[in-house]
Amino acid sequence: MFTINEKITVEIRKVARDLLKKGEVSAFLGYTKGTVPMVMKPFVARRQEDAERLSWNSFCVLNLANYLPLVLKSLEPPRRPNEPPPEGPLPKVGVLVTGCWSRNMVVQIKENQIERERVKIIGISSRGMVDRKKVQALVDNNEITEVIEEDHKLIVKGHGFTREINRWDVVRDNCKSCVHPDPVIYDEVIGDLSGGRQVPKRFGDIQEIEDMDIEERWQWFQEEILSCIRCYACRNACPLCYCPTCFVDDSRPQWVGKSIDKTDTALFHILRAFHCAGRCTDCGACESACPMGIRMRLFTKKLYKDCMELYGFEPGLKIDEPLPLTTFKLEDPQDYILQQGQKGEEK
Amino acid sequence: MKPLALFKSELDVFLKELSRDFDIFGPKRQKKGFLDWGKIEGLSDLDLSPGVTKTSVKSFFLPQPEVLFEFSAKTGDERAFRLKEPECPDRKRVLLGVRPCDARSIFLNSMPYKEDCYFQGNIERNIVIGLFCKTHLSTCFCTWVGGSPTSTDGMDIGVYELEDSFIFLPVSQRGEELLRGLGLREISQEEEGQLEAYKSDAPEGISEGIDIAKEFSKKSLFDLYDAQFWQEVTDPCLNCGTCTFLCPTCYCFDIQDEVLRGRGRRIRYWDSCMFPLFTLHASGHNPRGEKVKRVRNRFMHKLKYFPDRFGPISCVGCGRCVRDCPVSIDIRQVIRQFLEI
Ligand code: SF4
Ligand code: SF4
Ligand code: SF4
Ligand code: SF4
Repeated sequence: MFTINEKITVEIRKVARDLLKKGEVSAFLGYTKGTVPMVMKPFVARRQEDAERLSWNSFCVLNLANYLPLVLKSLEPPRRPNEPPPEGPLPKVGVLVTGCWSRNMVVQIKENQIERERVKIIGISSRGMVDRKKVQALVDNNEITEVIEEDHKLIVKGHGFTREINRWDVVRDNCKSCVHPDPVIYDEVIGDLSGGRQVPKRFGDIQEIEDMDIEERWQWFQEEILSCIRCYACRNACPLCYCPTCFVDDSRPQWVGKSIDKTDTALFHILRAFHCAGRCTDCGACESACPMGIRMRLFTKKLYKDCMELYGFEPGLKIDEPLPLTTFKLEDPQDYILQQGQKGEEK
Repeated sequence: MKPLALFKSELDVFLKELSRDFDIFGPKRQKKGFLDWGKIEGLSDLDLSPGVTKTSVKSFFLPQPEVLFEFSAKTGDERAFRLKEPECPDRKRVLLGVRPCDARSIFLNSMPYKEDCYFQGNIERNIVIGLFCKTHLSTCFCTWVGGSPTSTDGMDIGVYELEDSFIFLPVSQRGEELLRGLGLREISQEEEGQLEAYKSDAPEGISEGIDIAKEFSKKSLFDLYDAQFWQEVTDPCLNCGTCTFLCPTCYCFDIQDEVLRGRGRRIRYWDSCMFPLFTLHASGHNPRGEKVKRVRNRFMHKLKYFPDRFGPISCVGCGRCVRDCPVSIDIRQVIRQFLEI
């Protein structure tokens, strides 16, 4: 008996092998197994035989869209900074996408980071990826040496223990509250699509924070980022962060202090979150990448919620819709700029 | 001087004794579940579970940040922008429960920092009481890179953990002095027996009789530099600072001035060869402008440049980068790939 993920793995290899063989794509972006339990490694298959190393399971927590621009660029003939691209079509890349990754690709297309024609998109409906920190906590942070995945449970082994864990109990928070597990753009699909999900309290975690009073909330925020080491794994794992020089790195001028001063770290997190407003798809790659267990995704999710409430907008769902913060509509809420009585309304 | 002993039940008193003259730091369970360095105020703070702390001991030797100088930046101040040395805190620290890998990193880092007064000052200020490992994690590989679970490199005192007691082994001169004043007892015959039979469950070596520092020094730098495998190692890398910041033997830094309300400080803070700005020249040219060049540098520095210059490999096999790299880039695989060249 094959598990769902094993079946998907077989399909992925087949699709990738065919695409590479036919020369339809020059590289295929997927995942391969890592060397420690519960960590998967993004992988670029460049030769047909590489396809056999592709793999799929519940630990594919990083967002493959993040790798696309660089992989695409690596296939272009080298040229000078201002030289135009050569005539004719450029080599293509095949890529696996789940719901959120595909939505990030929509954002990338809208922001001119990738071209739709150059990607062959293979969609997979996500069953929710697993948070390895949650698994770790369930075994009292003892070392885990092996994890065997079945469809609905994980068998977790360490020195002197074996535990069975219900898979859904350890699925990432963002996946648990996700209503768009199906890819929004794709050329082919592997496995079944889900048709969407219903989630009772989609923004329950944010509501909880909003319900705190100001002091409490500030306290919560400061504690959440207390152990941040400014490694920027969160930023670098995010497909939205593609500025050649990030404001935190720049030293001419120095916008933000570079060490782990509390104010500087807070500034980094607040600004990063705002830069993602109306673009973040809540894919959770940032949170999964963080070595210190910081839940910075809650900051971006708050802005996700705001964007939905203010502009009725969710990022990456439609390819022909402008991004809310790069466009202006007369009916946009303006209470934060205009005083009462200035809106041209009758008093 | 002979090793001395302490019953585990007396650890509390021992800590109190020690805290009269020193601030004590050691592994402490953090809210988020992992072990990390923290101030030890009492027995309940200290957690000596197997394995290394999340961040390494380097924060005590290469603090994030190190204030190099202070200055006034007030307009009208005639002494403005004149650098002065910051004041040194006079209380010394004791670092407890430092694993042999971390302790060895202090020894290795002091090679390039031999003439650095700040680093050497920190060595002066921090007394290292190591803790030998009984069990290892699956990511430990100290035995590949010149270390071992009972190595004393970088320690002032080494500690064996026996059934009911700790055995303190003096390593350095000042370790000996410290031990003398702590009123520990002599070790019993039974403990002597246990000590003799003390076996740590050491990680397996890479393969029988191979000294990788020697192997790598025989290899041509250019062959390694131009090797085929770099592209595949690089592909998944995020160029984040996780590996370098958690690594005890990554010691690169940058320097900046920071001014707040007229008070300035010149700080030395952690930098990472994985960051694009690391090698950016004032001219705008960047010799490591691409990801593959940055990734290659991290490994080449540890496995080739450093040993060529100083002898040992600049990695202590703590496995932090292996555990916490978000994309499972594994230095052990790179070491194997090096051997194949
Ligand atoms: S901010 Fe985090 S959740 Fe949002 S798109 Fe970026 S990586 Fe994904
Ligand atoms: S990944 Fe975590 S530790 Fe690193 S900068 Fe982001 S929040 Fe801080
Ligand atoms: S090797 Fe891993 S931890 Fe290091 S920069 Fe690359 S992704 Fe980050
Ligand atoms: S390179 Fe990795 S294993 Fe080696 S000392 Fe650094 S963090 Fe530890």
